[in-house]
Amino acid sequence: MAIVSRGFFGRRGEGDVKLPPGQYLTHDFPVLSAGPTPRIGLDRWEFTIDTELGETHRWSWADLMALPSETPTLDLHCVTKWSKLGTGWQGVSLDVLMEDVETAAEYALAYSYGGYTTNLPLEDLLDGKAWVAYKYDGDDLTPPHGGPARLLVPHLYLWKSAKWVRGIRLMNEDWPGFWETAGYHNYGDPWLEQRYQGD
Amino acid sequence: MSIDYLDGNALAGPLGELFAVDLTVAVGTCAGCGNSGPVAGLRVYGPAPGLVGRCAGCEEVMVRLVRTPDAVWLDLRGTLSLRIPMPDDQQGG
Ligand SMILES: [Zn+2]
Repeated sequence: MAIVSRGFFGRRGEGDVKLPPGQYLTHDFPVLSAGPTPRIGLDRWEFTIDTELGETHRWSWADLMALPSETPTLDLHCVTKWSKLGTGWQGVSLDVLMEDVETAAEYALAYSYGGYTTNLPLEDLLDGKAWVAYKYDGDDLTPPHGGPARLLVPHLYLWKSAKWVRGIRLMNEDWPGFWETAGYHNYGDPWLEQRYQGD
Repeated sequence: MSIDYLDGNALAGPLGELFAVDLTVAVGTCAGCGNSGPVAGLRVYGPAPGLVGRCAGCEEVMVRLVRTPDAVWLDLRGTLSLRIPMPDDQQGG
Protein backbone atom coordinates (compact mmCIF):
# COMPACT_ATOMS: atom_id res chain seq x y z
CA MET A 1 0.00 0.00 0.00
CA ALA A 2 1.41 3.35 -1.00
CA ILE A 3 2.00 5.95 1.60
CA VAL A 4 0.12 9.06 0.68
CA SER A 5 1.23 12.30 2.19
CA ARG A 6 -1.27 14.20 4.20
CA GLY A 7 -1.05 17.18 1.90
CA PHE A 8 -2.67 15.07 -0.79
CA PHE A 9 -6.02 15.59 0.88
CA GLY A 10 -5.87 19.36 0.77
CA ARG A 11 -4.92 22.27 2.89
CA ARG A 12 -6.36 20.87 6.11
CA GLY A 13 -5.04 17.47 7.17
CA GLU A 14 -8.00 15.25 7.95
CA GLY A 15 -6.48 14.12 11.21
CA ASP A 16 -6.25 17.67 12.54
CA VAL A 17 -9.89 18.51 12.09
CA LYS A 18 -12.04 18.79 15.17
CA LEU A 19 -15.57 17.69 14.46
CA PRO A 20 -18.59 17.72 16.78
CA PRO A 21 -19.15 14.35 18.51
CA GLY A 22 -20.51 11.59 16.29
CA GLN A 23 -19.88 13.45 13.01
CA TYR A 24 -17.81 12.32 10.02
CA LEU A 25 -16.20 14.48 7.36
CA THR A 26 -17.61 14.58 3.85
CA HIS A 27 -16.47 16.44 0.77
CA ASP A 28 -19.81 16.01 -1.02
CA PHE A 29 -22.77 18.22 -0.33
CA PRO A 30 -25.56 15.68 0.31
CA VAL A 31 -29.11 16.83 -0.38
CA LEU A 32 -31.79 15.83 2.11
CA SER A 33 -35.35 16.70 1.37
CA ALA A 34 -38.71 16.41 3.09
CA GLY A 35 -40.67 17.31 -0.01
CA PRO A 36 -40.59 18.41 -3.62
CA THR A 37 -38.05 21.10 -4.45
CA PRO A 38 -39.88 24.43 -4.79
CA ARG A 39 -39.04 26.51 -7.86
CA ILE A 40 -39.53 30.18 -7.07
CA GLY A 41 -39.12 32.81 -9.76
CA LEU A 42 -37.09 35.79 -8.60
CA ASP A 43 -39.85 38.12 -9.79
CA ARG A 44 -42.25 36.72 -7.22
CA TRP A 45 -39.74 35.83 -4.50
CA GLU A 46 -40.02 37.75 -1.26
CA PHE A 47 -38.68 37.55 2.24
CA THR A 48 -40.67 38.81 5.21
CA ILE A 49 -40.12 39.32 8.91
CA ASP A 50 -43.35 39.35 10.92
CA THR A 51 -43.18 40.66 14.45
CA GLU A 52 -45.16 39.70 17.53
CA LEU A 53 -46.90 43.08 17.24
CA GLY A 54 -48.26 42.25 13.81
CA GLU A 55 -45.82 44.38 11.80
CA THR A 56 -44.51 42.97 8.54
CA HIS A 57 -41.20 43.89 6.95
CA ARG A 58 -40.86 42.80 3.34
CA TRP A 59 -37.99 42.48 0.87
CA SER A 60 -38.19 41.71 -2.82
CA TRP A 61 -35.26 40.00 -4.58
CA ALA A 62 -34.04 43.41 -5.77
CA ASP A 63 -34.30 44.73 -2.21
CA LEU A 64 -32.20 41.84 -0.94
CA MET A 65 -29.56 42.33 -3.62
CA ALA A 66 -29.32 46.01 -2.69
CA LEU A 67 -28.38 45.21 0.92
CA PRO A 68 -24.76 44.89 2.01
CA SER A 69 -23.67 41.24 1.82
CA GLU A 70 -21.01 39.16 3.52
CA THR A 71 -18.98 36.18 2.30
CA PRO A 72 -18.62 33.89 5.30
CA THR A 73 -16.69 30.59 5.22
CA LEU A 74 -18.68 28.13 7.28
CA ASP A 75 -18.54 24.62 8.70
CA LEU A 76 -21.83 22.73 8.28
CA HIS A 77 -23.00 19.90 10.51
CA CYS A 78 -25.98 17.77 9.52
CA VAL A 79 -27.90 15.75 12.11
CA THR A 80 -27.51 12.73 9.80
CA LYS A 81 -23.86 12.84 10.89
CA TRP A 82 -21.98 14.37 7.98
CA SER A 83 -19.99 17.56 8.38
CA LYS A 84 -18.65 19.69 5.57
CA LEU A 85 -15.98 22.21 6.44
CA GLY A 86 -14.92 25.50 4.95
CA THR A 87 -17.91 26.12 2.69
CA GLY A 88 -18.04 29.52 0.98
CA TRP A 89 -21.24 31.57 0.90
CA GLN A 90 -22.57 34.99 0.09
CA GLY A 91 -25.57 36.42 1.82
CA VAL A 92 -27.11 39.12 3.96
CA SER A 93 -26.60 38.99 7.69
CA LEU A 94 -29.78 38.75 9.75
CA ASP A 95 -28.38 41.71 11.70
CA VAL A 96 -28.88 43.84 8.58
CA LEU A 97 -32.42 42.54 8.01
CA MET A 98 -33.33 43.05 11.67
CA GLU A 99 -31.90 46.57 11.82
CA ASP A 100 -35.25 48.41 11.59
CA VAL A 101 -37.37 45.68 13.16
CA GLU A 102 -38.82 46.60 16.54
CA THR A 103 -39.28 43.51 18.64
CA ALA A 104 -39.12 42.18 22.16
CA ALA A 105 -39.78 38.61 21.02
CA GLU A 106 -37.53 35.81 22.24
CA TYR A 107 -38.41 33.19 19.66
CA ALA A 108 -38.26 32.88 15.91
CA LEU A 109 -39.90 30.50 13.47
CA ALA A 110 -38.31 30.37 10.02
CA TYR A 111 -40.69 29.29 7.28
CA SER A 112 -40.05 28.28 3.71
CA TYR A 113 -41.56 28.01 0.27
CA GLY A 114 -42.94 24.48 0.26
CA GLY A 115 -44.16 24.67 3.85
CA TYR A 116 -41.07 23.74 5.90
CA THR A 117 -40.64 25.38 9.30
CA THR A 118 -37.94 25.40 11.98
CA ASN A 119 -37.76 27.21 15.31
CA LEU A 120 -34.90 28.79 17.20
CA PRO A 121 -34.32 31.49 19.80
CA LEU A 122 -34.13 34.91 18.15
CA GLU A 123 -30.71 35.52 19.72
CA ASP A 124 -29.33 32.64 17.64
CA LEU A 125 -30.10 34.64 14.50
CA LEU A 126 -28.29 37.79 15.68
CA ASP A 127 -24.74 39.05 16.29
CA GLY A 128 -23.21 37.62 13.13
CA LYS A 129 -24.53 34.10 13.64
CA ALA A 130 -27.01 33.84 10.72
CA TRP A 131 -27.44 34.81 7.08
CA VAL A 132 -29.93 34.71 4.25
CA ALA A 133 -27.56 33.23 1.67
CA TYR A 134 -27.97 33.30 -2.10
CA LYS A 135 -24.57 32.23 -3.42
CA TYR A 136 -22.64 29.06 -2.70
CA ASP A 137 -19.06 28.55 -3.87
CA GLY A 138 -19.36 31.68 -6.02
CA ASP A 139 -22.45 30.55 -7.93
CA ASP A 140 -26.14 31.26 -7.55
CA LEU A 141 -27.60 28.87 -4.98
CA THR A 142 -29.35 26.03 -6.84
CA PRO A 143 -32.86 24.90 -5.85
CA PRO A 144 -31.74 21.50 -4.46
CA HIS A 145 -29.49 23.35 -1.99
CA GLY A 146 -32.20 25.82 -1.04
CA GLY A 147 -32.00 28.45 -3.78
CA PRO A 148 -32.78 31.10 -4.60
CA ALA A 149 -32.05 31.82 -0.93
CA ARG A 150 -31.70 29.82 2.25
CA LEU A 151 -31.18 30.54 5.89
CA LEU A 152 -27.76 29.70 7.30
CA VAL A 153 -27.32 29.18 11.03
CA PRO A 154 -24.12 27.14 11.04
CA HIS A 155 -23.68 26.83 14.80
CA LEU A 156 -26.79 24.61 14.92
CA TYR A 157 -27.51 21.38 13.03
CA LEU A 158 -28.25 22.07 9.40
CA TRP A 159 -32.00 21.39 9.62
CA LYS A 160 -32.21 24.81 11.34
CA SER A 161 -30.78 26.42 8.18
CA ALA A 162 -34.11 26.43 6.33
CA LYS A 163 -33.81 25.95 2.58
CA TRP A 164 -36.03 28.10 0.31
CA VAL A 165 -36.54 30.50 3.22
CA ARG A 166 -39.52 32.78 2.81
CA GLY A 167 -39.65 34.55 6.13
CA ILE A 168 -39.18 34.65 9.87
CA ARG A 169 -41.96 35.03 12.39
CA LEU A 170 -40.98 36.59 15.70
CA MET A 171 -42.96 35.33 18.66
CA ASN A 172 -43.24 35.56 22.43
CA GLU A 173 -43.65 31.80 22.65
CA ASP A 174 -41.59 29.00 21.20
CA TRP A 175 -43.35 27.18 18.37
CA PRO A 176 -41.62 23.90 17.42
CA GLY A 177 -41.11 23.43 13.69
CA PHE A 178 -41.27 20.55 11.21
CA TRP A 179 -38.60 18.21 12.60
CA GLU A 180 -38.81 19.59 16.13
CA THR A 181 -42.38 18.23 16.39
CA ALA A 182 -41.28 14.80 15.15
CA GLY A 183 -38.64 13.73 17.62
CA TYR A 184 -35.71 16.02 16.82
CA HIS A 185 -34.14 18.25 19.44
CA ASN A 186 -35.70 21.66 19.97
CA TYR A 187 -32.35 23.50 19.88
CA GLY A 188 -29.90 21.25 18.01
CA ASP A 189 -26.38 22.19 19.15
CA PRO A 190 -24.01 19.83 17.30
CA TRP A 191 -21.23 20.29 19.86
CA LEU A 192 -23.60 19.03 22.58
CA GLU A 193 -24.89 16.36 20.18
CA GLN A 194 -28.49 17.50 20.63
CA ARG A 195 -29.95 15.34 17.87
CA TYR A 196 -33.17 14.03 19.39
CA GLN A 197 -35.58 15.14 22.08
CA GLY A 198 -34.09 14.20 25.40
CA ASP A 199 -30.46 14.44 24.21
CA MET B 1 -37.10 17.02 -13.92
CA SER B 2 -35.94 14.01 -11.90
CA ILE B 3 -38.27 12.30 -9.48
CA ASP B 4 -36.91 12.79 -6.00
CA TYR B 5 -39.29 10.63 -4.00
CA LEU B 6 -40.10 6.95 -3.51
CA ASP B 7 -43.53 5.34 -3.40
CA GLY B 8 -45.31 4.43 -0.18
CA ASN B 9 -43.86 0.93 -0.12
CA ALA B 10 -40.80 2.64 1.37
CA LEU B 11 -42.89 2.92 4.53
CA ALA B 12 -43.47 -0.86 4.76
CA GLY B 13 -40.32 -1.63 6.77
CA PRO B 14 -40.55 1.10 9.39
CA LEU B 15 -44.32 0.70 9.80
CA GLY B 16 -43.88 -3.07 9.97
CA GLU B 17 -41.71 -2.48 13.03
CA LEU B 18 -44.80 -0.99 14.70
CA PHE B 19 -47.92 -2.67 13.39
CA ALA B 20 -48.97 -6.26 12.93
CA VAL B 21 -50.89 -5.48 9.74
CA ASP B 22 -49.44 -4.28 6.43
CA LEU B 23 -50.35 -0.61 6.45
CA THR B 24 -49.19 0.00 2.88
CA VAL B 25 -52.44 -1.60 1.66
CA ALA B 26 -54.52 0.56 4.01
CA VAL B 27 -56.48 3.35 2.33
CA GLY B 28 -55.56 6.76 3.67
CA THR B 29 -57.63 9.91 3.27
CA CYS B 30 -55.73 13.18 3.03
CA ALA B 31 -56.69 15.82 5.59
CA GLY B 32 -55.65 18.50 3.12
CA CYS B 33 -57.62 17.66 -0.03
CA GLY B 34 -59.75 14.64 0.85
CA ASN B 35 -58.12 12.35 -1.72
CA SER B 36 -58.15 8.67 -0.83
CA GLY B 37 -55.71 6.00 -1.87
CA PRO B 38 -53.47 3.21 -0.65
CA VAL B 39 -50.58 4.20 1.58
CA ALA B 40 -48.34 2.52 -1.03
CA GLY B 41 -49.34 5.34 -3.40
CA LEU B 42 -47.90 8.13 -1.25
CA ARG B 43 -44.84 10.07 -2.36
CA VAL B 44 -42.21 9.33 0.23
CA TYR B 45 -39.24 11.61 0.85
CA GLY B 46 -36.29 10.67 3.02
CA PRO B 47 -35.29 8.42 4.67
CA ALA B 48 -33.25 11.03 6.55
CA PRO B 49 -33.80 13.02 8.73
CA GLY B 50 -37.15 11.18 8.61
CA LEU B 51 -39.65 9.62 6.22
CA VAL B 52 -42.22 12.07 4.92
CA GLY B 53 -45.20 10.65 3.06
CA ARG B 54 -47.05 13.16 0.92
CA CYS B 55 -50.44 12.99 -0.79
CA ALA B 56 -50.05 12.26 -4.50
CA GLY B 57 -52.90 14.71 -5.12
CA CYS B 58 -51.97 17.87 -3.21
CA GLU B 59 -48.41 17.10 -1.93
CA GLU B 60 -49.40 17.90 1.66
CA VAL B 61 -47.76 15.82 4.38
CA MET B 62 -49.94 12.85 5.38
CA VAL B 63 -47.46 10.91 7.49
CA ARG B 64 -44.11 11.53 9.12
CA LEU B 65 -41.99 8.82 10.69
CA VAL B 66 -38.76 9.46 12.55
CA ARG B 67 -36.68 6.63 13.98
CA THR B 68 -34.60 7.79 16.92
CA PRO B 69 -32.22 5.42 18.72
CA ASP B 70 -34.88 4.45 21.25
CA ALA B 71 -38.24 5.39 19.72
CA VAL B 72 -40.35 5.84 16.64
CA TRP B 73 -42.20 9.12 16.20
CA LEU B 74 -45.27 8.75 14.05
CA ASP B 75 -47.28 11.82 13.04
CA LEU B 76 -50.54 11.19 11.21
CA ARG B 77 -52.14 14.60 11.60
CA GLY B 78 -52.31 15.00 7.84
CA THR B 79 -54.26 11.76 7.56
CA LEU B 80 -58.00 12.11 8.14
CA SER B 81 -58.55 8.36 8.31
CA LEU B 82 -56.90 5.03 7.56
CA ARG B 83 -59.08 2.19 6.33
CA ILE B 84 -57.24 -1.01 7.19
CA PRO B 85 -58.52 -4.20 5.50
CA MET B 86 -59.16 -6.94 8.05
CA PRO B 87 -60.33 -10.53 7.71
CA ASP B 88 -64.07 -11.05 8.11
CA ASP B 89 -64.97 -11.33 11.77
CA GLN B 90 -67.29 -14.37 11.93
CA GLN B 91 -66.93 -14.78 15.66
CA GLY B 92 -69.58 -12.24 16.66
CA GLY B 93 -73.27 -12.88 17.48
ZN1 LIG C 1 -54.13 15.74 -0.48
